[in-house]
Amino acid sequence: MADHPGREAVAAVWRIESARIVGALARYTGDFAWAEDLAQEALAEALVTWPRDGVPRNPAGWLLTVGRRRAIDGFRRRSALDERHAALARDLGDGGAVSGSRPAQHSRDDDVLWDPDRIDDDVLALMFLACHPVLPREARVALTLRVVGGLTSDEIARAFFVPTPTVQARITRAKKTLGAARVPFEVPAAADRAERLPSVLGVVYVIFTEGSSASSGDELIRVDLAGEAQRLARVLARLVPDSAEAHGLLALFELTAARFPARTGPGGEPVLLEHQDRRRWDRAAIRRGRAALERAEHTGRGLGAYGLQAVIAECHAVAPSVEETNWERIVLVYEALGRIAPSPVVDLNRAVAVSMAQGPAPALALVDELVADGALASSPLLPTVRGELLVRLGRVDEARAEWESAVRLCGNTRERVVLLRKLADLG
Amino acid sequence: MKYMLIMRGTDETVAAFQDVDVDEIMDSMGRFNDEMVRAGVLLAAEGLDPEPGVVVDYSSEPPVVTDGPYGETKELFGGFWILDVASREEAVEWAKRAPMAGPGSKAEIRRVTTIDEFPQDNEWIRKEREWREATGQL
Repeated sequence: MADHPGREAVAAVWRIESARIVGALARYTGDFAWAEDLAQEALAEALVTWPRDGVPRNPAGWLLTVGRRRAIDGFRRRSALDERHAALARDLGDGGAVSGSRPAQHSRDDDVLWDPDRIDDDVLALMFLACHPVLPREARVALTLRVVGGLTSDEIARAFFVPTPTVQARITRAKKTLGAARVPFEVPAAADRAERLPSVLGVVYVIFTEGSSASSGDELIRVDLAGEAQRLARVLARLVPDSAEAHGLLALFELTAARFPARTGPGGEPVLLEHQDRRRWDRAAIRRGRAALERAEHTGRGLGAYGLQAVIAECHAVAPSVEETNWERIVLVYEALGRIAPSPVVDLNRAVAVSMAQGPAPALALVDELVADGALASSPLLPTVRGELLVRLGRVDEARAEWESAVRLCGNTRERVVLLRKLADLG
Repeated sequence: MKYMLIMRGTDETVAAFQDVDVDEIMDSMGRFNDEMVRAGVLLAAEGLDPEPGVVVDYSSEPPVVTDGPYGETKELFGGFWILDVASREEAVEWAKRAPMAGPGSKAEIRRVTTIDEFPQDNEWIRKEREWREATGQL
């Protein structure tokens, strides 16, 4: 009866369970970096054992038991060195947990680890830890995908087009940094939570952004990565239901992902919003996105940067065509967004919205301000948009020069092809 | 990727369930559903009334309509979940966690196709798109 799974089955279990396992082990040992090592060791053991003997009836329990045994072995090795570890090894053997003051009333240690009332807190604590402000941004992304998402270093490396050893080094270094900074494994107190949540949401946003418009490589949309970000946003919306921005982030993802089916043509080439067949948008995703946006509004805290971006995405989602889109409202929302989360990309998008609402001339003035500021100098975005506006104003030669420099700056193969076609069309 | 988990059983499964406490069923099923919600993978789920339905059999012309469960095998379709997961294996792992022990109790896992997989120039596909747009269907 035992099924003989390949590595895929082990990977699937790991995707489902890794956050709970690393979280439980971190709570149990009081040492996140070590807990992550223990979890990886348990995973390595599963990769050997399960394909041979079949997936155990309770795979998470199996992984946790292996991790816990190795933790006790570790404590025993260290207990030769000091009395504190000796006491820990005794406590753990008796079914206690290091943090939390639960009495050792369980006959089975795993019950203490596998406490359903603590799973949510474990996963949330893990997210706050992986996205801690002491870490550089790319380390937060790698660590979150690894411990919360259950991706392997190889998968993370492939997703971000960096070598696997680079990802491994980022994770190792991040764990050392968290240890050196004495960051505790816990959900931050309510007062700190508001301050810490943006970094968690920001990491999930980066993951989705990379998935929804790959900055390099051949694929325009990395659906797997975007999907993982969406899943993380759903998890967060459930764990921090009073956060308007958690719901706003989920709404933004759903409404953006709704357009994926129409964003690439038959050959995988990008299709711009104005040329997309809107009937191909995923209506169920739009509905989920609008529901999430409503929940964000119901928190009564006003919309933040993600909620506002979701409103813009909703304006597009409900519009029957580009012409019939409420561009005036989009300009207003971009103005609000520019005040609470100023960025040249927001200014550029506002300029595009202005060109739709009021025409290319006022939009070009905004874009020229950005150029004067030296913003987005290494990105193809600015010359792409500027070229577009110049074409609409009949200044074809200047437009050609803009698009030629956009081609030079473009890292995505698919997007470069589109630009080259635009140039060819200019004659 | 979307997968449908189809809950399947037999008369025997239904009979066995009669002896289980309703609160216990609600509790174990509720936990399972909640775990999928917590993991961010559940999109939809519906259950079917275990009361016998009606079967229309197209083997003959005209079709024969009978009361009661489906065909000779007494297979019953009890309900379904639609999951949004990264792989088929992940859908299988979730299915293994469903509280469905008992004689003849099975879950079937099938990929949900998207409307994009049909010929897009077909008039009926266009009509279906309009309906999906108007109603926000999956």
